[in-house]
Amino acid sequence: MYVLKELLRRKLAMFGLVVILLIVLAAIFAPLLAPFAPDNQLANGLTDIGEPLPPNSEFLLGTDLLGRDLLSRLIYGARASLIIGLLANGIAIAIGALIGVTAGFVRGWLGTALMRFTDLMMAFPSLLLAIVLAAIFRPSLWIVVIVISMVNWVQIARVLYTETTSLSEREYVMAERSIGASTGRILFRHILPHLVPTITVWATLGIATTVLLEAALSYLGVGVQPPTPSWGGMINENQSYFQSFPWLVFYPGIVIAILALSFNLLGNALRDILDPTLRGKH
Amino acid sequence: MSAYVLRRLIQAALILLGVSILTFCLLYLLPADPARQVAGRTASVDQVERVREQLGLNLPIWQQYGRYLWNLLHGDLGRSYLQRSEVTTLIFPRVPATALLMCGAIFFELVLGLTFGLVAALKRNSALDQAIMAATFIFISMPAFLLGLLLLYFFAVHLGWFPIGGYGQFKNLILPSLSLGLLGAGWYAQQMRSTVIEVLRQDYVRTARAKGLNRLRILGLHVVPNALLPIIAMIGLDIGFFMGGAVLIESVYGWPGIGQLTWQAIQQLDIPIIMGVMLIVAFAVAMGSLIADLIAPLIDPRIKLR
Repeated sequence: MYVLKELLRRKLAMFGLVVILLIVLAAIFAPLLAPFAPDNQLANGLTDIGEPLPPNSEFLLGTDLLGRDLLSRLIYGARASLIIGLLANGIAIAIGALIGVTAGFVRGWLGTALMRFTDLMMAFPSLLLAIVLAAIFRPSLWIVVIVISMVNWVQIARVLYTETTSLSEREYVMAERSIGASTGRILFRHILPHLVPTITVWATLGIATTVLLEAALSYLGVGVQPPTPSWGGMINENQSYFQSFPWLVFYPGIVIAILALSFNLLGNALRDILDPTLRGKH
Repeated sequence: MSAYVLRRLIQAALILLGVSILTFCLLYLLPADPARQVAGRTASVDQVERVREQLGLNLPIWQQYGRYLWNLLHGDLGRSYLQRSEVTTLIFPRVPATALLMCGAIFFELVLGLTFGLVAALKRNSALDQAIMAATFIFISMPAFLLGLLLLYFFAVHLGWFPIGGYGQFKNLILPSLSLGLLGAGWYAQQMRSTVIEVLRQDYVRTARAKGLNRLRILGLHVVPNALLPIIAMIGLDIGFFMGGAVLIESVYGWPGIGQLTWQAIQQLDIPIIMGVMLIVAFAVAMGSLIADLIAPLIDPRIKLR
């Protein structure tokens, strides 16, 4: 309740939240909202010499190189971005939490081994690794989800490791131990609840990173494959003609940026609200 | 000091070993068949087998890796499958182009990020501060390739101020490095703003003010040097991040660097090149963070290298 009240006070965060909700609704109700089918090559969608139409009253955002309605493709494309953003980031957070919390709570040789592995993954440039992995496997929506979650869990694992380590040294945890509380009780009653704010913030900011990573992969042609419409993929299809038909690249690009921006604004506000050490500083 | 550097270098070597093992395993497990790729689609099974033998791909993985590591210790990154040339002779001539791009990006990142971050912190909660912060959020939310395409369209195609592509002259460098650097500039401005606000609150700043030091000297001598510390650590980490960005930006601008070579190699499954680039990037990241850590005590004498 407190979080919601604080959020309502922040205009930028509310802007982010509203935009996210609108895009989610657009993705769910795409068949009702889109004026045309996304892969329908319309007979009147190209000029007489076969060029795409600029934005006009019938095709609000114009048509693409194959005479398909750009607005409809953008609305359907929101599905791929959101599915990948939510799923890939969810899996990444789950892996990161599992590794970070285990390493921080159990310590010993297992903790050391897990954190050395995390350090090793930190040395990999994540975007480069994702490009290599996505190119090697036959790209599809699910491969993109797996690839992104395989490279994006590293930072959250580090952060949660540090927090778990410091939490498990607190007096109240020691007190619980000394009165004989079970490991499960300590973990679920005293450690995990304290990690919820950090995880919430990272889950929100992480979606922005994921959306951008997905766009980069699709732009290189190793992301979601056509005919499934995706925003990065639309830029990839159209970029060689962007000097003549710039809207084909700019509209998909702008919606990618707006979606990432919304999650960044929301995540940033959540961090301000949930992190007590930051309270009153900005 | 030298003991510290030695220990860090050993750590870096271990990380490189780990990166090489992990990359090797990943590429070995891949579903595609490099021998088939090299021999071509029309090659017979016999020919593919011969290529496999030539490339040493028929050996068990630990033997392949042992051979790779042995050559690596002798400074040999192996031969490209498709380009009939040593990987080192393919990569090293392209290093200057990518290094130049990264230097340009770091330059823009620092100049824009630090200036705007400092201004935002000093004018905290003003309209200017809000405008700068809004801009930083937009830049960190923009895909690098989109920024590249936008800059290319407005400044090169539309206004004609800069060439559309090309390499070799100073004016060719501006747009690519700006595209790569603006995203970082957003992060740096946010970081700079919050550290400066933090530093301005410190006792030593109050003391400096109390003894009547003028504003400019307080900023130059006390605030900025202290605020730079976290930034220096960030530059060290940026090198790895830039390498991924270079693949995208170099493809937008046709920049003849490592990024282009890597992208080509990825599409053709030219594993030795991919391995070589991964190792060089991991090495550059390790060196970057080592240098950042070595610079830190020069700025803040309280930091001891341990």
